[in-house]
Amino acid sequence: MAVEVRIPTVFRKFTDGSGAVEVQPGTVGSLFEQLETRYPDLRGQVRTSDGQLHRFVNVYVNDEDARYLEKLETKVTEGDTVSILPSVAGGQA
Amino acid sequence: MKYKSVLDLVGNTPLVEVPSLCPTPGVRIWVKLEGQNPTGSTKDRIALSMVEAGEASGELTKDKIILEPTSGNTGIALAMVAKTRGYRFTAVLPDNASSERTSLLEAFGAEIISSEGAKGSNGAVALAQKLAADPRYYMPFQYGSQANVEAHYQGTGREILEDLPEVKAFVAGLGTGGTLMGVGRRLKEHDPGIKVVAAEPALGQSVYGLRSLEDGYVPPIFDPDLLDGKVMVRARESILWTRELLQKEGIFAGISAGAVIWVAQRVAERLGDGGGGDIVCLLADGGWKYLSTEAWTEEIDTAEAQVEEVLWW
Repeated sequence: MAVEVRIPTVFRKFTDGSGAVEVQPGTVGSLFEQLETRYPDLRGQVRTSDGQLHRFVNVYVNDEDARYLEKLETKVTEGDTVSILPSVAGGQA
Repeated sequence: MKYKSVLDLVGNTPLVEVPSLCPTPGVRIWVKLEGQNPTGSTKDRIALSMVEAGEASGELTKDKIILEPTSGNTGIALAMVAKTRGYRFTAVLPDNASSERTSLLEAFGAEIISSEGAKGSNGAVALAQKLAADPRYYMPFQYGSQANVEAHYQGTGREILEDLPEVKAFVAGLGTGGTLMGVGRRLKEHDPGIKVVAAEPALGQSVYGLRSLEDGYVPPIFDPDLLDGKVMVRARESILWTRELLQKEGIFAGISAGAVIWVAQRVAERLGDGGGGDIVCLLADGGWKYLSTEAWTEEIDTAEAQVEEVLWW
């Protein structure tokens, strides 16, 4: 059992069209390292060059925004689902 | 009760306990029924506040047409305020907004300019910003208006503290961020320990069909540091808990209400571990505008598909 990372449409051009990628457990940061090693074009897309999360990207661990957990240090264990989503305007707006 | 104007009915919405939706001992969930506002949503508060701010600053004059990008509720609210104040109003609306919303806007005499539904609210924002360069228009722009936040700071947040000063947590949906920012700031001034948690929609991939990340959008009024948590909720859970709200408590609210209840239950578990307390959920609108999705009556898979076809958030 690994960790499933769901990739949004906007990033699939970097993951050979893949919408879900399996990686090894660890932290959110280590997940991104694994993804960027496998898909080098992803580098600089989810994280900025200084390693921080891109302003327009939200990362969720089991539906909770990692920004309010331990950010890139958030632990991700077997069976967890991590979703990457772009920010969109919305609301009963 | 006598009122001089329908505008006097904006705000002062009821707070109702929903015990059957809170299984955690020692925790009470309360819902603030924003559907009780004149046009049926919390947006009446910000429509009034934004128009008054425009008048006060002198930017909104009688010769102007009010223009706003809106998936519905803000448009309907602005259309109502515009009518009572003698302005014309134009809504920039994604073409997949629910039919009730379009009909209501037309009933209030709003002019509608359609934006591409596949581009979601972002598309409506971009188109409205382009149109607003025309000096005939005045755009309150809810995503960037401090009057949006103020309406919730001065109104919604104050009301919650008057009714329930011991409140421990507040949950609301995230759209422009106005509700969470305004109420959140007011509550944290009262007690910095109060948790402010956002529910946000897991929208269908079509809504995220952005061409590049540069199309991403964070509303200028939204300060992520004010929040203590943000939880994504799928249409399916939102529908199921919107149904529970009706079946167990007799409350007929819009689909986002179910998402807020779902998140409040997660917050309740944590609050229960920490000694319990009261949670306030803001239910942004009534269920009327979502009837065409058959969210309450269809089998869940069909209802989910039909809800995802419209802008349900």
